[in-house]
Amino acid sequence: MLLEVRDLYVEFRTREGIAHAVNGVSYAVDAGETLAVLGESGSGKSVTAQAVMGILDMPPGRITGGEILFQGRDLLTLKEDERRKVRGARMAMIFQDALSALNPVLSVGDQLGEMFVVHRGMSKKDARAKAIELMDRVRIPAARERVGQYPHQFSGGMRQRIMIAMAMALEPALIIADEPTTALDVTVQAQVMELLAELQRELDMGLILITHDLGVVADVADRIAVMYAGRIIETAPVHDIYKAAAHPYTQGLLDSIPRLHHKGRELYAIKGLPPSLLDIPPGCAFHPRCPRARDVCRTDVPPLHPVAPDRRSACHFWKETLDASHS
Amino acid sequence: MAELSKAATSAEGAAVDATPSVTEVETVEAATEAEAVAAVEAPVERGEPILQVRNLVKHFPLTQGILFKKQVGAVKAVDGISFDLYQGETLGIVGESGCGKSTVAKLLMLLETATSGQVFYKGQDITKLSGRALKAVRRNIQMVFQDPYTSLNPRMTVGDIIGEPYEIHPEVAPKGDRRRKVQELLDVVGLNPEYINRYPHQFSGGQRQRIGIARGLALNPEIIICDEPVSALDVSVQAQVINLMEKLQDEFNLSYLFIAHDLSIVRHISDRVGVMYLGKMAEIGTDVQIYDHPTHPYTQALLSAVPVPDPEAREGRERIILTGDVPSPANPPSGCRFRTRCWKAEDKCAAEAPLLAVPERFQGSDSPAAHESACHFAEEKDVVHAA
Repeated sequence: MLLEVRDLYVEFRTREGIAHAVNGVSYAVDAGETLAVLGESGSGKSVTAQAVMGILDMPPGRITGGEILFQGRDLLTLKEDERRKVRGARMAMIFQDALSALNPVLSVGDQLGEMFVVHRGMSKKDARAKAIELMDRVRIPAARERVGQYPHQFSGGMRQRIMIAMAMALEPALIIADEPTTALDVTVQAQVMELLAELQRELDMGLILITHDLGVVADVADRIAVMYAGRIIETAPVHDIYKAAAHPYTQGLLDSIPRLHHKGRELYAIKGLPPSLLDIPPGCAFHPRCPRARDVCRTDVPPLHPVAPDRRSACHFWKETLDASHS
Repeated sequence: MAELSKAATSAEGAAVDATPSVTEVETVEAATEAEAVAAVEAPVERGEPILQVRNLVKHFPLTQGILFKKQVGAVKAVDGISFDLYQGETLGIVGESGCGKSTVAKLLMLLETATSGQVFYKGQDITKLSGRALKAVRRNIQMVFQDPYTSLNPRMTVGDIIGEPYEIHPEVAPKGDRRRKVQELLDVVGLNPEYINRYPHQFSGGQRQRIGIARGLALNPEIIICDEPVSALDVSVQAQVINLMEKLQDEFNLSYLFIAHDLSIVRHISDRVGVMYLGKMAEIGTDVQIYDHPTHPYTQALLSAVPVPDPEAREGRERIILTGDVPSPANPPSGCRFRTRCWKAEDKCAAEAPLLAVPERFQGSDSPAAHESACHFAEEKDVVHAA
């Protein structure tokens, strides 16, 4: 296994109290595999990724438990200078908003070249040549002429390509992409996702795709982990989950999105709101919004029940949920 | 032409009686302000056009120099678009960023002054109105904004936010009656009327959008212009707001102009859909005509690029991946604006701008492909169901 997150806990100290952002998350990604982490805002999907990358703001953040095994080593026991050698070189991250993730006062060539100067000890001149090569590779037209330009001189799609080039620069084993196409138009989104998939195949990388878009997940993922209030509530191979959900929250999400190929009737709406992380409901965190909730759901936290090979659901009533969504 | 399109719609059995073709506008000649006000306040039958937009243009000047500013060009944000909005229907406008869809919203709200063109509301050109007649129009056309975080004043209570329109139009609700009216509105949009004294930060994104909708409804408008009303919301909350908007439309007989970039949501809520590209309307028709029988290459590319929530469709689906970016609206391509990214482009496309009309090859046909499309080589291609 390339990456294995085991029983991770992250909390944030805030003025109003302690926010429990991640509450015992475990997932794994293999080389060449794409894991989609799906969730709404506040579900803990990005915080988990930041803990893996080692870019969590601490304080106010704090990792209170768990292990992050990457290529066999627990990253949480490494010293910061060792961690820095891993970050960028062996695992890299692509952010949603390329304009604020790139440095506005450095040319894109300098930012791409910096990777080689810092991690590989290259000369500035060689690094520049590498930067042009990378820009070609992510198909930015006229790379040689544009290498000296600044981020604001590129369009949104081109900036996202530069981010991808930067993540790919040192051929990492793992890439974490946090909503990489959310800010892009749909025709550009298709271009960027295709490029990402192609580079992943070429380099046999593991990819963690963090998103809220069920369409993007269906397009590219091998496996999916659905998060709610800091926990994984369902995990399955991507084909299984779209056929029939084994958790009422997943089912609710699938029913609440309008479809392109027909007009449809009134949308199913999950009632209520996601809980505050300062005050997560006892028992199953989804029970106040769940159509199947019974007494046990209000008191007992459901474990991740095995549903099928490689498939788990954190619902006391996964069996009836699965049967109902099959019909 | 109007007849043909009408035949096409009724042939496919669409529920909406849409006449997509842009027809002559019956203008109302008002000699006095009182007559203009009366025209604006007259009721419109369901299925009749309530808003008619003709050759609407908005160019933002680009200037150079500090002391002696001279105009060096213009950003052609909206460059001659025409469409009708019918009473009680939802017209969806889709397009990518920079296509001019939000500028259209601002022009219809009279938040921007049109460079040229007309917007007829019940036969009155609202771009030329002033005084009482303009005020009456403004009361009847309201807006719901995209961002529920920045469109509500953080220092005002919910009651003051929703009741503020009554300060400007006191005739709708006399002072003593306002609190009750606001509480009624809160109830209508599914919020607890007791929350009237709370501040926006005490609400979630979805609840704030409900507050924005309540404010839009306060003056009993006939038209609501919604600019990306659900794109800032989480998936599970999006469905709640969409359902609410549909319910309110039936209840108050509203006409919606629904601007969004999410093509699935637009299909769900719209009776008719217009596709914009770089300041022009590329294609317009009923939801069935646009989504199931698109004839413009841009619409086809747009639809094929939407990721669908079905992993089984991954292999079989044909993707049209466009190359390059949208050109700058300050310097749009000659002829057809889409030609620089179009796989069908020929010399004719650079020389001659295609008109938005039912393409010649489909004229007289009762197929759903016979709807207005601005392409010299319009050709039907179902990209949504092909799998």
